[in-house]
Amino acid sequence: MTGRLASLLAVLVLATQVQAGPALADHAADCRLGELQIDRNFPLPQVARALAAKQLSILVIGAGSSLLPGTSGAANAYPARLQHALAEKLPGVEVKLATDVKAKHSAAEMVKSLAPALSSAKPALVIWQTGTVDAMQGIDQDQFSQALDKGINIARSAGADVVFINPQYSPRTESMIALGTYAENMRWVAVQKEVLLFDRFSIMKLWSDLGTFDFYSATKKLDIAESVHDCIGRLLAGLVIEAAKPSEPQAEGGR
Amino acid sequence: MKEKPLMAPLPIERDLRLDLFRGLALWLIFLDHIPSNAVSWITIRNYGFSDATEIFVFISGYTAAFVYGRAMQATGFIVATARVLKRAWQIYVAHIFLFAIYLAEIAYVASSFDNPLFTEEMGVLDFMKNPDVTILQAMLLKFKPVNMDVLPLYIVLLLWFSPILWLLLRSPSLGLLASAGLYTLMWQFEWNFAAYPSGNWVFNPYAWQLLFVFGAWCALGGAQRLARWINSPVLVGLAAAYLVFAFSIAMTWYFPRLGAFVPKFVGEAIYPIDKTNLDVLRILHFLSLAVITVWFVPRDWSLLKSRICWPAIVCGQNSLGVFCLGVFLSFAAHFVFTEVSNRVLTHVIVSIAGIAIMVGAAALISWYRIIERQGPGPRPPATKTGYAEGSA
Repeated sequence: MTGRLASLLAVLVLATQVQAGPALADHAADCRLGELQIDRNFPLPQVARALAAKQLSILVIGAGSSLLPGTSGAANAYPARLQHALAEKLPGVEVKLATDVKAKHSAAEMVKSLAPALSSAKPALVIWQTGTVDAMQGIDQDQFSQALDKGINIARSAGADVVFINPQYSPRTESMIALGTYAENMRWVAVQKEVLLFDRFSIMKLWSDLGTFDFYSATKKLDIAESVHDCIGRLLAGLVIEAAKPSEPQAEGGR
Repeated sequence: MKEKPLMAPLPIERDLRLDLFRGLALWLIFLDHIPSNAVSWITIRNYGFSDATEIFVFISGYTAAFVYGRAMQATGFIVATARVLKRAWQIYVAHIFLFAIYLAEIAYVASSFDNPLFTEEMGVLDFMKNPDVTILQAMLLKFKPVNMDVLPLYIVLLLWFSPILWLLLRSPSLGLLASAGLYTLMWQFEWNFAAYPSGNWVFNPYAWQLLFVFGAWCALGGAQRLARWINSPVLVGLAAAYLVFAFSIAMTWYFPRLGAFVPKFVGEAIYPIDKTNLDVLRILHFLSLAVITVWFVPRDWSLLKSRICWPAIVCGQNSLGVFCLGVFLSFAAHFVFTEVSNRVLTHVIVSIAGIAIMVGAAALISWYRIIERQGPGPRPPATKTGYAEGSA
C-alpha cells in the first residue's frame, strides 16, 4: 500500500519524459527510479561492523522469485547481482554471499533450514525474500507473522542484521494471488522488529507504471527477467551500503 | 426491568438511505476488487480502518431482518426459515456461477502466459492439474479464489439467521448479546472455518456475524432506541474525533515518514488491524462513519428521491445481482488492463464503465421485477413481502 501515492506522483511527473521512447539498451537510469520506493528507516549495525572489518558475508534466503531458470540462472539472479554490485561499490571489502533458496518454500519452511544455513555461512546480513508462497497457499496470517518473527530472532541471535524482500509485482496473476494482507503483515513485522523492508512490489509496480519494464508480455526469453534481477541487485546493494553508514539521518539522504 | 418485545418492525416504507449506501458500497467493492486500480484510491479503505465490506454486511443484516422479520411474524418460523434458506441457496448458486467464470479466466492465463520472471507466481495455476479436488472444495466453500469471500460469508450468515431472528424478535437485547458473546468466544478460542488448501476463511463468519446481527437488531427497533444517543452532539463529536484519528493513522501507510509521529505504544496497541476477525478498531470505525452519516443524511433527505442518488439506490435494491456482476466486472477489468492497456486513463474509463454497467443491470432487474409482478402468467402475483427477494 505504501508508495502507491508516491508512484502515482512519479508517474504524473515522469510520464511525459518516459513516453518519448522506450529505453532499451540500458535500464540503469530508469532502474534507479526504484529508489523512490526505498525507505532506509532502520540501521544495519552488524553490516557496518563487517564493513569496518573489510569482510562482508551475506546469506540470501528465499523462494522461487529469487531464482532464474537456465544454466546461467544463478549468475544472473539478484543474489549474485547484489554480490557483484557490492564488490563494485566497496573496493577493498571482501564480499561473500551464500544462498538458501528453494522454490515453493513458505516462510515457516525457510525458518526451519535457517539455523544450519546461518551456522555454515556466518553472515552479517540475512536477506529474506518471502510472502508469495504463503499468499498462494493461503497460509494462516498468524502463522505467517510468527514465522517472520521467529526468523528474525534466529538471525539476530546468530549476529546478523535482517532485510526483508516482499513479493514481486506480477500483474498477470494479481487477480489470483491475494498478496495484500501478507504484504501488510510483512510491513508490520518489519516496523515492529525494526527490520529494513526492500519493497520489491512497489519498486516493480513503479517500473511497470513508468514503462521501464513490460511485465505483461508473454515470453520465454530471459532478457527482461535478467535486467529486473540486475536492477534489484543494484538497488539492494545501494540500500545495504546506505543503511550501514554510521548515523545516517532518517530523513532523505542525498542521492 | 422486563423488556417489551418489539414484535412489530414498524410498517414504514423502506429506508432509502440503506439502499443508497449499499449501492455505494457495491461500487466501492467493485473498484477495490480490481487489482492495482488507480481509481481505487478514492475508496474509503484508504482513509481509515474499515471498508465497504462492513457497510455491505451491516446493511445486509438490516434488510434481512426487515424483510424476513415481517415474514416470520406473518407466516411463522417455518415458512420464514424456508425463505431464508432459499435465499442462501440462490447466493450459493451465484457463487458457483462466479467460480466458473474464474476458472475460465485462470485457464486462459495458464494457456497464454509464460514469463521466466514469474515462474513462482504461475504456480498458483497448479490447482488446475487436479480439478476434481479443487472444484469439489470450491463447492464445499473451502476453496475460495481471491475476492470471492463475501458470498460464502453471506451464505453462512443466512444459514444460521432464522434462529437468531427468532431470538431478536422475542428479546432484541438477548439476541445482540448472544452475537457479541459469539464474537468474544471467537477471539478467545480463535475459531474460524477451515479453508482449502490451507489456512482459514478470509472473512471469519464467527466474527462478521456481529455486524450482520447488529444490523438486524437496528432494523427491529434498535435504531429507534439508539436515536437519542446517535443524535447527541457528544457522540457525533467522538465519532468525528475517531475518524480523524483513523485518517491520520491511514496517512502513515502512504507517507511512512509520518510514522515517526505515531507514538510506539499507539502502534503496538492498534496493529495489526485484523480484517479476517473484524477487529474492534474496524467496528468502531464503521460505527463512527454510520453516526456521522446519519447526522448529515436524515431519513427524509430531499436528494434521496432525486436523480442524483437513483443510480446508487437502484444498485442497492438489487444487491445480489449487482454484487455478482461487480465481481465478474472486476475480473473483466483486470483482463482489460493486462490485455489492452494499463494506463491511468484506462483505469478511469474502465471503472466508470463498470459502474455504469452495474447501474444498467440493476435498472433492468428492477424492471423485470415490475413486469413479473404485473403481468398475467402462471405465477401468482407476489405479495408485498415478496419484494424482499432482491433486497435481503
